Amino acid sequence: MTDHDNQQYKDRLEKVASVVLRPVRINNKGFILWMGFLIVAFAACLFAYSIQLRKGLIVTGLRDYTSWGMYIANFVFFVATSLVGMLISCVLGLIGFKWVKPVARIAEIIAIAFAAVAGLVIISDMGRPDRLPYVFMFGRVQSPILWDVTVVTTYFALSLLLWFFPLIPDLAVAKNKLSGRPAFLAKAYEILSFKWVHHEEQYRILHIAVRILLILVVPTAFAIHTVTSWLFAFTPRAGWDSSIFGPYFISGAFVSGTSALLIAMYFFRKNYKFQDYLTDFHFEKLGRVLFLVSIVYLYFNLNEFLVPAYKMKKLDAIHLHELFMGKYALLFWSVQLGGLVIPIIILLIRKMRKPLPLFIISMFVFAASWLKRFIIVVPPQAHPFLPVQNVPAEWHIYSPTLIETAITMASLLLALIIITVLSKLFPVLPVCELAEDEAIADNELLSGIENNSK
Amino acid sequence: MSEEKKTKKSESSEIERILESSRREFLKKAGLSGAAIITGAAAIYAGFRHEKGKRPENVIKVLTPDNRLVEIPADQVKDYKPGLKVFQTRGRAGLKGKKWVMLIDLSKCRNARKCVTACQAAHHLRPYEYHMNTLIMQESVNMPAYYMPKPCHHCDNPPCVSVCPVDATFKRQDGIVLIDNERCIGCRFCMAACPYSARIFHWQDPQNTEEDKGEIYNIELNVPQKRGTISKCLFSADRLRDGMLPYCVSACPNGVYYFGDENEDAVTNGTTKETVSLKELLKKNGGYQLLTELGTKPRVYYLPPKNRLFEFEEPDSGTQGEKS
Repeated sequence: MTDHDNQQYKDRLEKVASVVLRPVRINNKGFILWMGFLIVAFAACLFAYSIQLRKGLIVTGLRDYTSWGMYIANFVFFVATSLVGMLISCVLGLIGFKWVKPVARIAEIIAIAFAAVAGLVIISDMGRPDRLPYVFMFGRVQSPILWDVTVVTTYFALSLLLWFFPLIPDLAVAKNKLSGRPAFLAKAYEILSFKWVHHEEQYRILHIAVRILLILVVPTAFAIHTVTSWLFAFTPRAGWDSSIFGPYFISGAFVSGTSALLIAMYFFRKNYKFQDYLTDFHFEKLGRVLFLVSIVYLYFNLNEFLVPAYKMKKLDAIHLHELFMGKYALLFWSVQLGGLVIPIIILLIRKMRKPLPLFIISMFVFAASWLKRFIIVVPPQAHPFLPVQNVPAEWHIYSPTLIETAITMASLLLALIIITVLSKLFPVLPVCELAEDEAIADNELLSGIENNSK
Repeated sequence: MSEEKKTKKSESSEIERILESSRREFLKKAGLSGAAIITGAAAIYAGFRHEKGKRPENVIKVLTPDNRLVEIPADQVKDYKPGLKVFQTRGRAGLKGKKWVMLIDLSKCRNARKCVTACQAAHHLRPYEYHMNTLIMQESVNMPAYYMPKPCHHCDNPPCVSVCPVDATFKRQDGIVLIDNERCIGCRFCMAACPYSARIFHWQDPQNTEEDKGEIYNIELNVPQKRGTISKCLFSADRLRDGMLPYCVSACPNGVYYFGDENEDAVTNGTTKETVSLKELLKKNGGYQLLTELGTKPRVYYLPPKNRLFEFEEPDSGTQGEKS
């Protein structure tokens, strides 16, 4: 542990804190406009939900054959994206990559927002949302839905703690540096920092607690997305009946999560002026991470589509024909090429692993990730084991309605609201950890120079 | 009495001389009154006794659920209407000792769809909401097309029941898979899991929402249907409780359906009312089941569409959807 009383550390702390706390103000125009837009748009989308509550799910494009649509695809997408918290803090952090420190908290914020909203998204798909308590009153442990509810809430709680624990020393540092901000903020920092005095013993306990959380989050995160994949893989339908759905979903989750993180990083770098801490180096590293997770995902895609495509079993053949050459061909190929193959090729070029190109690539990958969930969820339902007959023509193909789209938009807006609030009221970068790291980096630099000169 | 006395006294003060005779009169009247009271009381008592004696003629004998024979006054007897709790309890338990099976003889089906309409009428469904649907099947190009009625298969290893998060759909001891729309949360996981596409969802207010208002929910009929919940074929569990064949089975004009108890190895044809051995029927006609490779263990059997009684005709409505 670095000596927290030493003067060099204190100077660095001052420097880091001044940069990180600069955007922590809620009275600037940009923030008010942005928040206003989010809230108005969210309220409009909530109105769409009120129509659904009044009239039932008939207002969606869902019918008896395709009975899971946009909402469930959206749920899978939200769970997937929330996994980035585990990838960055836990997998990369526990392995010992020091460079994840400035991005870890951003990843946690994304994890919190997306996990929380994932839980709400599923309610929008329920025929009887008023009976939500029944899941707890009459829950059957044999049902994967129960597993999903359990692990998503656990993951949300763990992510919240993992975001909050390392924040405590930062709040203690920041509580006296909030001149010009509303008084309630300083008061909140005071309460939430739990009288932190930067004692070595406090740091020791904090590090143990964080380490335990880091370890606990790994299986929980794997569980949430594996169980989510099982909602499909546990049915016998062609297109869902796959034993690699767990890893296929997890690897896909890392792709959408990493792209979300890169988008957020680019935003904070530009708007919060964090270019000294979210450097080209960090983007370069995360560009490589995106490449790695994408190529793993590509490998799983190859297995998921080529294996049944070679055998062409009756129902698999119908399903794959729809994807490759049929109704979903345009969507399928734009997602697979535009959201996976082409980004992988572009990411091989060093120049493309700079902040702006990565931001643009990530936007494509992020959008494709959403559409990919749609492709996973929707087409397999159109061709069940027995033919679809004697039903209204519009039941044969699912097309989402405006109301449904608005309700889906509401979830994204809510996630953005949560991210905005958390990143506006609290430091986005870990102040204390960065101050320590700078000291270490300086020392390493010095020793490096010494070594070279020898 | 005291009133009478007072009147007597004022009379005696007026006419002194007849005092003695009045006194006698008074005593006589008092005596008469007393006799009248006693007689009245006796009459009431007699009447009471008489009524009491008549009682055995106005009670009826009733057998209680615990097999005791009891008598109840006829005027206190009310028609029994089971409440929700009774429907739920007996509906979830099922009929003891039974193992219901359905057998569908495809050689006799000519797509009359009487089964479909009878079912929809009983369960208050719209014309395109099916517990029972008749499909046109054609396995491959050279194979002949045929009609196939498709109810819920009431699997012994039901995927829908496995995935239900709240025990809204469940398997009864008599083999029937039911749905409790008082419990269903509308997640539709069961629809995703069912390989027979047997389940429907009430996306909007059901057909008879207004008419069925206030009706007690009968889990064995799934009426009143509810918006935002699942519905499906129930093997007409309400009719089975009353010792009758299911709606679809009774409605078929062509003898397609057999229904009965696997434990007794007896199935009854809904049209001819002929009862035969299930095993014999399956053995003689090459009976089979749908999608057994999925391990669902369905309770519905089919006899192949050989020696068809009716030629296959493409229905008027043209393309009704994809063929299998």
